[in-house]
Amino acid sequence: MEKKRKKKPGLFLTVLPLYVFTICFVVGPLLYMIALSFATNGNGSDTIWRFTLDNYKKIGEPVYLESFVQSFQLAITSTVLIMLMGYPFGYFMAKLSEKGKKRMMLLIMIPFWTSSLIRMYGWIIILQAKGVLNGILMKLGLIQEPLKILYSYPAVVVGMVYALLPFMILSVYSSVEKMDWSLVEAARDLGAGRARAFFDVTLKLTLPGLLTGVILTFIPSMGLFFIADILGGNKIVLVGNVIQDQVTRGSNWPFAAALAVVLMILTSLMIWLYRKITHVKDLEGFF
Amino acid sequence: MSETLLELRNIKKSFGTTDVLNGIGLSISRGEFITFLGASGCGKTTTLRIIAGLEKPDEGQVLLEGRDVTYLEPHQRDVNTVFQNYALFPHMNVEANVGYGLKIRKVPKEEIKKRVSDMLKLVQLDGYEKRMPSELSGGQKQRVAIARALINSPKLLLLDEPLGALDLKLRRAMQTELKRLQKKLGITFLYITHDQEEAINMSDRIVVMREGKFEQIGTPDEIYNCPKTSYVADFVGNANIIEGIVRQAGEEEILVETEGQIVKAVSDPGVQAGDKISLAVRRENMKVCGDCEEGLEAVLKDKSFQAGQLHMTLNLNSGKEITVSRYGMDAPLSQGQKVRISWEPQHAVPVDIRREA
Ligand SMILES: Nc1ncnc2c1ncn2[C@@H]1O[C@H](COP(=O)(O)OP(=O)(O)OP(=O)(O)O)[C@@H](O)[C@H]1O
Ligand SMILES: [Mg+2]
Repeated sequence: MEKKRKKKPGLFLTVLPLYVFTICFVVGPLLYMIALSFATNGNGSDTIWRFTLDNYKKIGEPVYLESFVQSFQLAITSTVLIMLMGYPFGYFMAKLSEKGKKRMMLLIMIPFWTSSLIRMYGWIIILQAKGVLNGILMKLGLIQEPLKILYSYPAVVVGMVYALLPFMILSVYSSVEKMDWSLVEAARDLGAGRARAFFDVTLKLTLPGLLTGVILTFIPSMGLFFIADILGGNKIVLVGNVIQDQVTRGSNWPFAAALAVVLMILTSLMIWLYRKITHVKDLEGFF
Repeated sequence: MSETLLELRNIKKSFGTTDVLNGIGLSISRGEFITFLGASGCGKTTTLRIIAGLEKPDEGQVLLEGRDVTYLEPHQRDVNTVFQNYALFPHMNVEANVGYGLKIRKVPKEEIKKRVSDMLKLVQLDGYEKRMPSELSGGQKQRVAIARALINSPKLLLLDEPLGALDLKLRRAMQTELKRLQKKLGITFLYITHDQEEAINMSDRIVVMREGKFEQIGTPDEIYNCPKTSYVADFVGNANIIEGIVRQAGEEEILVETEGQIVKAVSDPGVQAGDKISLAVRRENMKVCGDCEEGLEAVLKDKSFQAGQLHMTLNLNSGKEITVSRYGMDAPLSQGQKVRISWEPQHAVPVDIRREA
């Protein structure tokens, strides 16, 4: 069907702004970043436009490799947790009454009215040694000494999950919402129990939503440096932190660009691999 | 009658404040082809879903081979359904769709493959194993849905307007095919339709449903020729309903007063002189004639020619509208002409018999 479509001259004009926008704000900066990654760093924040591979060689240093490993670890941990929490949440939300759905949607959106930076500071209040969480746990007698959660790996995971869970919920919700429940009934009618029908039909048909959610959470969780900064102290160093550091304090833009390019390539590779494994062709709204 | 397979006992169901089923009861024999016939929204699908276990009744019982299955889950009963919208799994190909029930029953892979292929042959879809549902036509989807249900050899197959979305020609062909399958496999079919022709062509028995009740249950012949109510006569036979009072009840014939005249009708054991009744006379059994002495007076309002039949709309003296149809174009009658309508007594069936207290 695609082939038969005739090219209409008017169509070009209508999509022209889209092209202009994409070239100005997506393709342009991307090309600039790639070019920058091959440039030489001068004194201060100067960039000397002389070709070099030094920036990429530098990534091989253990400190920087370590940050990549840590980023991936954290991203995978957070994404798995988000998946486990977000899928059931989105699923049951889609099964609510119309009124219930609207209310739940509102509750999910409300936090977005505040800067996510400020909300991360909120977690400090909850997680710190004399914070809300420890207070409750100690009152309940579950622990004697306050736990050191803040400025640790778990704290960063908590922050990531908190920040990115809504994206998973909404993308699962939108695909479960579109489910044709008569298919589940058909499976039940053909002899499948509730669980079997869920795995054979519901899960399979809502997989695109789940996978979209995974991508929507995985990619940002590689780069949300401020969460690691605020909740991880200086113990957790992610690629995002290194990049930020190189841009601000290090004043080494070319190296920051090289890090960003590698991060981008690795992330794309992960997504490609992931799609290969799961055989999902249409991720809702992606690719 | 042979042994009972399914029994419905006084089933009631309401959604919120609307009563959808008002206490229906029925028993179906093994091997029977039974059809639920009724207008849209009368509760056919709801009844089917209760039998399949997809819905629980508020009251009453469903017995399958004498066992109470009312509250069993759908997968715990030997009943399969062909859904109104097919409900094929879009992410599985034809082979996986048809083999799904067997896969759940842990039938070995090789056997599934063989049985699916046999089943597809039976519904004349061999070679379509690898197609996805989105690559099938309506009629093919339909046959996949039927194959997917039949392969499990259910005790009872429920079919919810399976031919509803097909065009007339394909519909006819599929009707014959379904009937052939049913005979061949000996499976009991419970079939839903709102097409009276389909019901008459295919069924051993027809259940006419109306507003959550069973209006009449009987063979196609009984339903068509001896309707018990004007609703059945109208819905199944497209009959004209003429109300009147019985003046004389004889052995063979009764005399009924209507429109200030006396007409004849076939006698019914329940009818006595003085009863208020309606007469159901099918369109094709009415004769219209321009220069007759006998029959109800009427004025010809409209003539139209459809599908090889001449349809005439007439008004009785009271203004009541009557439709008459006949084959051929030979009526030398013109619009506005005064005519008389008559019929053979055996073609006027008393329905809705009401006795004044
Ligand atoms: N889940 C439901 N919630 C509320 N009302 C329902 C529900 N299912 C069915 N109904 C109502 O019950 C009545 C009977 O519905 P049903 O689907 O049984 O009709 P049907 O005879 O199958 O009609 P059709 O020929 O149009 O398929 C309808 O008035 C319908 O609106
Ligand atoms: Mg229906």
